[in-house]
Amino acid sequence: MLAVTGAGSVEELFAQIPDELRAKSFDLPAGMSEFELMGIMKEKAAAGGADITPFIGGGLYDHIIPAAVDHLAGRAEFYTAYTPYQPECSQGTLQALYEYQTAICRLTGMEASNASLYDGGTAVAEGALMSLRITGRTRVVLDASVNPLHREIVRGYLASLSAEVSQVAPDGCGSDLARLIGSIDGNTAAVIVQNPNFFGSVEDFSLLAAKAHELGALLIVSCYPIALGLVASPGEMGADIAVGDGQSLGNPLSFGGPYFGFIAARKRFIRNLPGRIVGETADKQGRRGYVLTLQAREQHIKRHKATSNICSNQSLCALRGLIFSAALGKKGFHELALLNYDKAQYARSVLSGIEGVSVLNAGATFNEFTLSLPREGALVVEKLLGSGVAAGVPLGEYYPGMEHAIVVTVTEKRSKAAIDRLAALLEEALCS
Amino acid sequence: MQLIYEKSAAGRTGVRVPLSDVPQAPAFPEALRRKEEVAFPEVSELDLVRHYTNLSRRNFSVDTNFYPLGSCTMKYNAKVMENAGGLFADCHPVLALLPGGERLVQGPLSLIHGLEQQLAEITGMDEVTTQPLAGAHGEMTGIMVIAAYHKARGEGERKIVIVPDSSHGTNPASAAMAGYEIVTIPTAPYGDMDLELYRAAMNGRVAAVMMTCPNTLGLFNPHIAEICAIAHDAGALTYYDGANLNAVMGKVRPGDVGFDVIHVNLHKTFGTPHGGGGPGSGPVGVKKGLIPYLPTPRVVRKEDGSFSVEAHPEGIGRVSDFFGNFAIMARAYAYITLLGREGLIEVSEQAVLNANYMMARLKGEYELPFDTTCMHECVFSASRQLKEGVHAIDIAKYLIDRGFHPPTVYFPLNVKEAIMIEPTETESKQSMDAFIEVMLEAARMARSNPAVLHEAPISTPVGRLDETRAARAQQVCCEG
Repeated sequence: MLAVTGAGSVEELFAQIPDELRAKSFDLPAGMSEFELMGIMKEKAAAGGADITPFIGGGLYDHIIPAAVDHLAGRAEFYTAYTPYQPECSQGTLQALYEYQTAICRLTGMEASNASLYDGGTAVAEGALMSLRITGRTRVVLDASVNPLHREIVRGYLASLSAEVSQVAPDGCGSDLARLIGSIDGNTAAVIVQNPNFFGSVEDFSLLAAKAHELGALLIVSCYPIALGLVASPGEMGADIAVGDGQSLGNPLSFGGPYFGFIAARKRFIRNLPGRIVGETADKQGRRGYVLTLQAREQHIKRHKATSNICSNQSLCALRGLIFSAALGKKGFHELALLNYDKAQYARSVLSGIEGVSVLNAGATFNEFTLSLPREGALVVEKLLGSGVAAGVPLGEYYPGMEHAIVVTVTEKRSKAAIDRLAALLEEALCS
Repeated sequence: MQLIYEKSAAGRTGVRVPLSDVPQAPAFPEALRRKEEVAFPEVSELDLVRHYTNLSRRNFSVDTNFYPLGSCTMKYNAKVMENAGGLFADCHPVLALLPGGERLVQGPLSLIHGLEQQLAEITGMDEVTTQPLAGAHGEMTGIMVIAAYHKARGEGERKIVIVPDSSHGTNPASAAMAGYEIVTIPTAPYGDMDLELYRAAMNGRVAAVMMTCPNTLGLFNPHIAEICAIAHDAGALTYYDGANLNAVMGKVRPGDVGFDVIHVNLHKTFGTPHGGGGPGSGPVGVKKGLIPYLPTPRVVRKEDGSFSVEAHPEGIGRVSDFFGNFAIMARAYAYITLLGREGLIEVSEQAVLNANYMMARLKGEYELPFDTTCMHECVFSASRQLKEGVHAIDIAKYLIDRGFHPPTVYFPLNVKEAIMIEPTETESKQSMDAFIEVMLEAARMARSNPAVLHEAPISTPVGRLDETRAARAQQVCCEG
């Protein structure tokens, strides 16, 4: 091979790089076999907290994952392919993404979904940017009961563009609807809410949607897919854009990723969606097929005028979400949501029966709720971690004044026995 | 092939939901309830498995086909990395944010810190953040860090980012998302950003210049140090797009050359497959002066050797929910550990040798706009074939019929009818020779029987698809 290139040595092929530009250091250990490597990796994974029983959510949830999800998404034809630039030899990925877009539209009650975004937080931010493009306005109203990590991301994305983010404090554990409505002015592109919100409260945003529309603003609802098996969809509430994190649909926790973000909107906003979109078409013989479409929105065509810079997305995670949705199906998905609701309601009643403990959510909750404790939440959570239970997310760090509150999450994977143990440990911690 | 929704039969389910062991709760309030169940498909597990197994067979992939997609580094990744990434499935990232939770997640935290250190050494930077979730996300993060740096120095009036016209589209798009105006510099006849036009464009309003090196023509820019110096003299910073880092590991470190900020694509260079379009991972490295502006939080190694998660108050805030695409990072950490110093150097050497072999074998038949030693990829033009009425896309489609994923076509934009071939280091001479034979055959066919090229592909489930029709119809989900 070397002779064909005309070079005398491999080093000669690098002769184009002047000496003064050569690496000054490359100090890495020698390599090893895969068996030695797995020893190291297993050691790290063993110290990963997987043995802790999680009653924590915070936007990520410990749900069942059907075995078929791993097996099918684990097919190398899916995971070692890339973005389907050549549709004829990528119909597998393209059709799967088209089916994924369909699943997201059906889940959220929207009409147009893209082929995935990075994660929940960046999806909220992309939704906000989308509303700025659609309305030509430069301000969003952000409900502070939206996930605090997501709000940080929105703030960062919008600050870069000198757009204003006006946050509205919650009313207890719910959205302050009157203040949200009152905050919409003539320059407001969108109101952004989350359902269920960070405290676990489920709310109806129909009125907010109507008021926003009267003032020429959009409603963006960030949502939790599993909850949508039971809770009214953003579409049913009149939202214009639905966003969220798809992790709960068949993606393992994996210490923070990869997951996928989703974004879906009313059909009239399709040209303002960020990222890749798959559309149906046909070949000359009329055979149905799928292609990346409306690419004139995207960075590889529009460069700095693109709707977003996103290129690689989270396709494989979206595929997992799709397979999860089909494995459970219409009936199973609804049952799963109900099971989460029942388990959380049980936990809610047991935990609030402990002396000095009360539920702060005024109305309905899905599988998360906020508890008020007689002691500082952070201390209690730390104490219970010692017994192998992550009792909840303390709110003090995110909501000053709520130092005594924690958000407890109960998915279908938590048994009655685990819930009872949490109650016993909590009671003990509060007595001592 | 039917859609999964078209295979749906009412009442059928694939997977059973666990039985409840708690009392049934009072009904969820009617006013907040969704009116109809979500119309997910109703299929058996076998229907499901057959559907997605058969769909997967409609893909070309690295594990099934040579996939020389230029600029994307479609290398083969050893299966052990998949196993390594899967080990952390049940680790909850929120644990790390709980009081007293850090000590329970020392394994993953040490991996993040270790990967940051590996990448810092490979690229010659002082610190790295793993938070960005893809290459473009890394670019945006890097430019936000640069913006914060200038702002802190009272130089917020710098509003311009310079990019060469050969850059990936994500460069200008990412800088625009970070709030910048874009100035594009054309390519000079010698194949790199025109140095004189660049010099003329550089002034006190420029925040940064973004360079891809080797560039998208697969050429190493010998003026790279000068480009950095010109920027620094004007108070601007330099950004290195690491998309092509696979060519120079152990040979060149962007940090040594004068770059202030870099991103690397773990899914290109470091052992993580592309997932049909993602997930990727785009860690960002910076030089010392920029460390304060990295995103929050940081994983810090304490004096006692343990790891903690610390807020980074001066930074640009959070760019993703947690610490990045962790399971992808775990694969990259495994890859670097597995290959080690010599292994990584060999990766780049073999990648460059393969590309030069490919270039030498094809340049007799295909126009090579820049006929010089290339790095990890080579860019041809189908201009000779165009005289016979054959476009780059026709050659691409013919390759599909012959079992090869086509190279990247029509990029970079500064080469007409571009065919960008990146064989990567993992391909054998035999697999490259087979590809080369078909490329040469396509060139002969362009002269003798161009219709075959125009009609390709004929072996795939569908022929060339009507993109205009798709854009007009905007049918992006299945009704019903």
